[in-house]
Amino acid sequence: MRILKSHPLLKIVNSYMIDSPQPANISYLWNFGSLLALCLGIQIVTGVTLAMHYTPSVLEAFNSVEHIMRDVNNGWLVRYLHANTASAFFFLVYLHIGRGLYYGSYKSPRTLTWAIGTVILIVMMATAFLGYVLPYGQMSLWGATVITNLMSAIPWIGQDIVEFIWGGFSVNNATLNRFFALHFLLPFVLAALALMHLIAMHDTVGSGNPLGISGNYDRLPFAPYFIFKDLVTIFIFFIVLSIFVFFMPNALGDSENYVMANPMQTPPAIVPEWYLLPFYAILRSIPNKLLGVIAMFSAILALMVMPITDLSKLRGVQFRPLSKVAFYIFVANFLVLMQIGAKHVETPFIELGQISTVLYFAHFFVIVPVVSLIENSLVELATKK
Amino acid sequence: MLARTVLRSVPFRGVARQSLNKTSTRASSSAAGAESASSPFHLTLTASAATAVALGSAAYLYGQEAFAMTPAEEGLHPTAYPWEHAKWNKTFDHQALRRGFQVYREVCASCHSLTRVPWRSFVGVMHTVDEMKAMAEENEYDTEPNDQGEIEKRPGKLSDYIPAPYKNEEAARAANGGALPPDLSLIVKGRHGGCNYIFSLLTGYPDEPPAGATVGAGMNFNPYFPGTAIAMGRVLFDGVVEYEDGTPATTSQMAKDVVEFLNWAAEPEMDDRKKMGVKAITLLTGLFAISVWVKRYKWSPIKTRKIVYSPPVSRR
Repeated sequence: MRILKSHPLLKIVNSYMIDSPQPANISYLWNFGSLLALCLGIQIVTGVTLAMHYTPSVLEAFNSVEHIMRDVNNGWLVRYLHANTASAFFFLVYLHIGRGLYYGSYKSPRTLTWAIGTVILIVMMATAFLGYVLPYGQMSLWGATVITNLMSAIPWIGQDIVEFIWGGFSVNNATLNRFFALHFLLPFVLAALALMHLIAMHDTVGSGNPLGISGNYDRLPFAPYFIFKDLVTIFIFFIVLSIFVFFMPNALGDSENYVMANPMQTPPAIVPEWYLLPFYAILRSIPNKLLGVIAMFSAILALMVMPITDLSKLRGVQFRPLSKVAFYIFVANFLVLMQIGAKHVETPFIELGQISTVLYFAHFFVIVPVVSLIENSLVELATKK
Repeated sequence: MLARTVLRSVPFRGVARQSLNKTSTRASSSAAGAESASSPFHLTLTASAATAVALGSAAYLYGQEAFAMTPAEEGLHPTAYPWEHAKWNKTFDHQALRRGFQVYREVCASCHSLTRVPWRSFVGVMHTVDEMKAMAEENEYDTEPNDQGEIEKRPGKLSDYIPAPYKNEEAARAANGGALPPDLSLIVKGRHGGCNYIFSLLTGYPDEPPAGATVGAGMNFNPYFPGTAIAMGRVLFDGVVEYEDGTPATTSQMAKDVVEFLNWAAEPEMDDRKKMGVKAITLLTGLFAISVWVKRYKWSPIKTRKIVYSPPVSRR
């Protein structure tokens, strides 16, 4: 037997990336997985390199980042890659989730894969937030202050928890140190979760496909067909990433973070990075602090109910026009929330944010189940003569 | 709209009537199906309204800006100038950088530090080694403690950083009426509007504050500064610097040169970055083209295959 099939480790590689039979009809929307793995790889390599030159101290963090930018050979390249790949990571993960919602990837038998995916999203957000604090500019400090203060909404023990997270009475040196330690650790947790995500899919039925039917009628081996297909999008990704890194590296960042953190001066507006804005908007739409925090976390966890609330007998929305409309409304609403998250809290953005928040949750808990039941009926009526 | 068209194609009343009868068999997975499925028209309406709200609010949001502060507190938005060095295929104008550094040294440096820029970084960018060595030696720096533990003075070296005008923040505030002149090393990256903002600020001082504007004692009016009252007065006047290359030193010329210089101070890697970017994009475009070719080469048999169904033939 070929060593690829008999060797205890190589045969795993073989069964995942070489012989692994994939549905012949999966479109380019099934390429996001490999791109996300690439993003994680880039982040770990650039991140570990940055850690070799970074100093996690409130006095030296900002200076050490500038040292990386100015004195370390190609340090600017490493740091800009790290900062912009973080954005790319979220851009792709949102597309990946959108693909899952559109084609019903969450439905049984892939519920475990979907659940692990939701956990991955949460860990990704935590990692991104921790990483944003590390350069210790103005937005790092004040973003950290705002987000850690969310925990104070927990009844009775909230303030104690916040001080436990801080390791003091405000964001301080201990906070920065532990954020650095956790930011170093979490990507490896992410890698493990990504592996679980892959195993959960591989050991059930593998990838779905755009038709929402069994993929067993026509499969092709991963190599060479899908390796070369993935390679096409990998190069597109590298081109887009290069445009950002080399020509507009700070386009997605906030200029406030090039000002050294100053606990005595609050910036005029505290805005998270673009990829967290929809959830920030949901947080700010709820007038009550505790309920706002709950709503924000529920907004992510709401993804987990999709396998339960989608009652459709068909997988995916491609043959369900009503659900298609609902899906695109959901996407538009997500983009609206992203805009509202960057606005100042004032009329009319408060009201619009509240409407969008209601619509966001309604999609998961009302629109999807109701629309899927209607479509079930229509299909049944059409097929039963 | 789409939803309505879709539903119109379905016979409504028949759907409603039949679905009521079939509820028990159809919606076995949920009890909520009965009443919701019975009124698809309402849902069409809801869906259409939701689409309208989503699209409408998106258009509304993208269409306008919100200001939590008054225009005066926000500061006038700077004009977008066509900066030559900001274009993707352009480098810094190194003669402009040299002039800008002269403006910094002769005008800005009396109040503003540039602490992240060492003398060595000018070498090969806008000055020769000998020029920079001479410039560094004009300044005194502390030595390491000698055998007796005394700290002495020595002339500057290339590896030293540009000295700050004040010993510490308190000294700077004391000399400037309580205001702290910010360090300029990252000023272009650290301000909204970047080059445009700095240029507008430097050239935007009116001769007198406009009618109705009040400026506190020791403050100056500048519409581009958030809050409009800035401690720094107008510093650039025609001819305040005499350029060594003979360029007429108008206010706007000096402002343009010093902004470009400060942009270099904030992003000294910009020229290298763009050059590397052109190489990367060229290389990756080539690789992308090859990858498309290989993908099509590998897939063409699959894409052009013919699937034939041969019904079983009974052999008897």
